[in-house]
Amino acid sequence: MIALLIRDLRLAVRAGGGFGLGLAFFLIVVTLVPFGVGPQGDILARIAPGILWLGALLACLLSLDRIFALDFEDGSLDLLATAPMPLEGVVAMKAFAHWLTTGLPLVIAAPVFGILLHLPASAQSWLVISLLLGTPALSVLGTFGAALTVGLKRGGLLLSLLVLPFYVPTLIFGAELIRRGAQGMATEIPLLMLAGITAATVALIPFASAAAIRVNLR
Amino acid sequence: MSLWEYANPVKFMKTSGFLLPWVVGLAAITLVSGLVWGYLFVPAAENFGGSVKVIYVHVPAAMMAINIWGMMLVTSLIWLIRRHHVSALAAKAAAPIGAVMTLIALITGAVWGQPMWGTWWEWDPRLTSFLILFLFYLGYIALWAAVENPDTAADLTSVLALVGAVFAALSRYAANFWNQGLHQGATLSLDKEQHIADVYWFPLLLCLAGFVLFFIALVLVRTRTEIRNRRLGALQQRERMA
Repeated sequence: MIALLIRDLRLAVRAGGGFGLGLAFFLIVVTLVPFGVGPQGDILARIAPGILWLGALLACLLSLDRIFALDFEDGSLDLLATAPMPLEGVVAMKAFAHWLTTGLPLVIAAPVFGILLHLPASAQSWLVISLLLGTPALSVLGTFGAALTVGLKRGGLLLSLLVLPFYVPTLIFGAELIRRGAQGMATEIPLLMLAGITAATVALIPFASAAAIRVNLR
Repeated sequence: MSLWEYANPVKFMKTSGFLLPWVVGLAAITLVSGLVWGYLFVPAAENFGGSVKVIYVHVPAAMMAINIWGMMLVTSLIWLIRRHHVSALAAKAAAPIGAVMTLIALITGAVWGQPMWGTWWEWDPRLTSFLILFLFYLGYIALWAAVENPDTAADLTSVLALVGAVFAALSRYAANFWNQGLHQGATLSLDKEQHIADVYWFPLLLCLAGFVLFFIALVLVRTRTEIRNRRLGALQQRERMA
């Protein structure tokens, strides 16, 4: 499993900016928002949680179709499926590698983007916590969508249509957590719900993804 | 005699062919009488005016929108567990109907919301979760359309229906938490007291039954079409092989 993780990470880094691409996309989204809504600090501060979460969501979506597609094309996915390791474990590791290359950089860089959008200092820690708790769910749900569409020639657009509705609960609780944190309100409910969704998806979705991959390899 | 006999396409075609005219007839009678009763013979309610009559379409459509996904969930499970093709095809046949029901509920809701709340659209939890449900339907239909091998498509969409059901419900509660709504709470329920006067309730009941029957008739027709389509494909393939 560790070997698979390292292989995936190495592929992501060497195949052209696995780490950088998501971050650069995030930066572009954050740069474009003030052009769209105007440079007033108070408006930006109010919509910052939503923008940052939407940016994370889209950045995650960008790299999803690569999770299985390359392995499917060159046949290594068949090898992984017949390997002694359970396919569920393979899927979970793939999701983890995806999170390490897209989710984690966003979490680390998020405070900088928060400053760009005038997010109050009190909300910065909530921003990091919320992204740290929520982005693993994005990656795991993303692998499910990628597993469903792996055999398709033009799966990209369909993948977004399938995956984005699954992101709704995470998005709601994630953005709500930052909003409440920024206003000094009670944050327990969104915090627990966000953590609960992530824990449940990490535990259960790999089974669904593995089932979908088995169907697609048949 | 067991329910699983109808998993045999020949048996299903025979029985559904016999049932279909009856279901269509019953659906037409209940739907027409319910709607005529509701629209022409029910007094306008205070606080609501004439606009109350939209419930005779809005409520049944909304109910069907949710329950059709439930039906797809059950048929998908049957397909995954027992591999009966009719079941998978019934789920496929139901999805576009569900999407249209969701759309009808959203549109009639907008038409009703305009005079009542003064707005066509509000980011209310119920409205929002219906929009999300609509997206789930679209994704499901798109996945069916995108996968070429029918068995692969049936498997993948079944998994999607299962996971989607969980997330559609989750989105509903998340949306509840996210925004306080304008939409009134549940009026109809099986175990609690009714909050609706009998004058409005009886025609509504007829409309509910009519929508259910209408849905059954549509699903039967569409499933029969799918089965015939599948047969045609098999015949064509055989011809090509020969």
